Amino acid sequence: MRRIVLWGLSTLSALVALLGYHTSTSSVMTTAPEAAFSGSLRAQAATGGGSSGAAGSASGSGSGSGAGQASTAASQVAGDTVQTRYGPVQVQVAVSGSTITDVAVLQYPDRDGRSVQINQYALPQLINETLDAQGSGISMVSGATYTSQGYLQSLQSALDQAGL
Amino acid sequence: MGMPISLALRGAHTRDDRAEGAWQAALAELRWVDAVFSTWRADSEVSRLGRGELALEACDPAVAEVMRLGDDARASSHGAFDVWRTEADGVRRLDPSGVVKGWAVERAVAPLLELPGTDVCLSAGGDMVCHVADPDGEPWTVGVEHPFDPMRLVARVPVRRGAVATSGSAHRGAHVVDGRTGRAVASLASVTVVGASLTSVDIDATTAFALGLDGPDWLRSRLRTGVVVWADGRVEAVG
Repeated sequence: MRRIVLWGLSTLSALVALLGYHTSTSSVMTTAPEAAFSGSLRAQAATGGGSSGAAGSASGSGSGSGAGQASTAASQVAGDTVQTRYGPVQVQVAVSGSTITDVAVLQYPDRDGRSVQINQYALPQLINETLDAQGSGISMVSGATYTSQGYLQSLQSALDQAGL
Repeated sequence: MGMPISLALRGAHTRDDRAEGAWQAALAELRWVDAVFSTWRADSEVSRLGRGELALEACDPAVAEVMRLGDDARASSHGAFDVWRTEADGVRRLDPSGVVKGWAVERAVAPLLELPGTDVCLSAGGDMVCHVADPDGEPWTVGVEHPFDPMRLVARVPVRRGAVATSGSAHRGAHVVDGRTGRAVASLASVTVVGASLTSVDIDATTAFALGLDGPDWLRSRLRTGVVVWADGRVEAVG
């Protein structure tokens, strides 16, 4: 569902103009479970699975060093503590043959809440796209579209009208 | 001039009475903020405060809260961000708009966040609060507008719980002035900051934009995440 109102905030506009009232809902909740640490993962999968931020890089670097040391079957190997920009990360992997059967995070940089933040908003990905409202995958547009005039010529306006 | 307020909802409450009630509550909050803080209304508390007709203690406590945010921003930006502006006629004018917008949206989103099992994205004039009910759920995807072409994007940012604010001169001429020089900013086209609180990312985006050439390094010094578009069109990720 998407609703829009065109209205002045700190810029006097006594008139509240309801531009659109769209009831189309885009409740596509594709809540894919992130199974990075739930076992039976091969080394490659562990690296790629936690793609959202520190957890991903942690398992990548940690499991790499762990797997290197593990040549015997079914052993637990703690990786080196890796200093990341968000703090120290250490993982422990259970290895059976050449397959990582379990990954546990021993150290996680959550003291300042930074790791939580990384999970909550990722780094911006730079793109250069001309988009239409349909199929862009964009929910909302951040920009200096301050005025009603600018808004009407913006991608945000197209998104609002499409009711995406 | 008007400002578009856009709301997107996903999940349990998207078009029922509960969603409608929360949306109306958000709008009522924004109307209240406008009545108190508008510099375009001669009778708003902030207009009267700026003219010296009303003491800060006599204003709504929210005014003092916003003035404190403005003071903090002036200090951390070494004067580039200032809610007080000296105009060409030598008169000092109070304009806390640069602080108020993000702060207001952060207040207005509160009733929407109480909708159970519902993802919320509330945007006012391109600055927004995003929230997904499940902290590991599907994030909102926020596009960062190209400052020279509002139908194009320079970046996309996945946000589960956080805020995105952009400051720039797009669509409005040079509306941000470097408080240190009093001149309009020329080196940057736009600054976008992503973070936990819209109040602070909005202030930091405006501050970085006002700092011009120094803006990107200032953002890095504050461990900020964002996107800078230079006046010559170069795009730079920060973070």
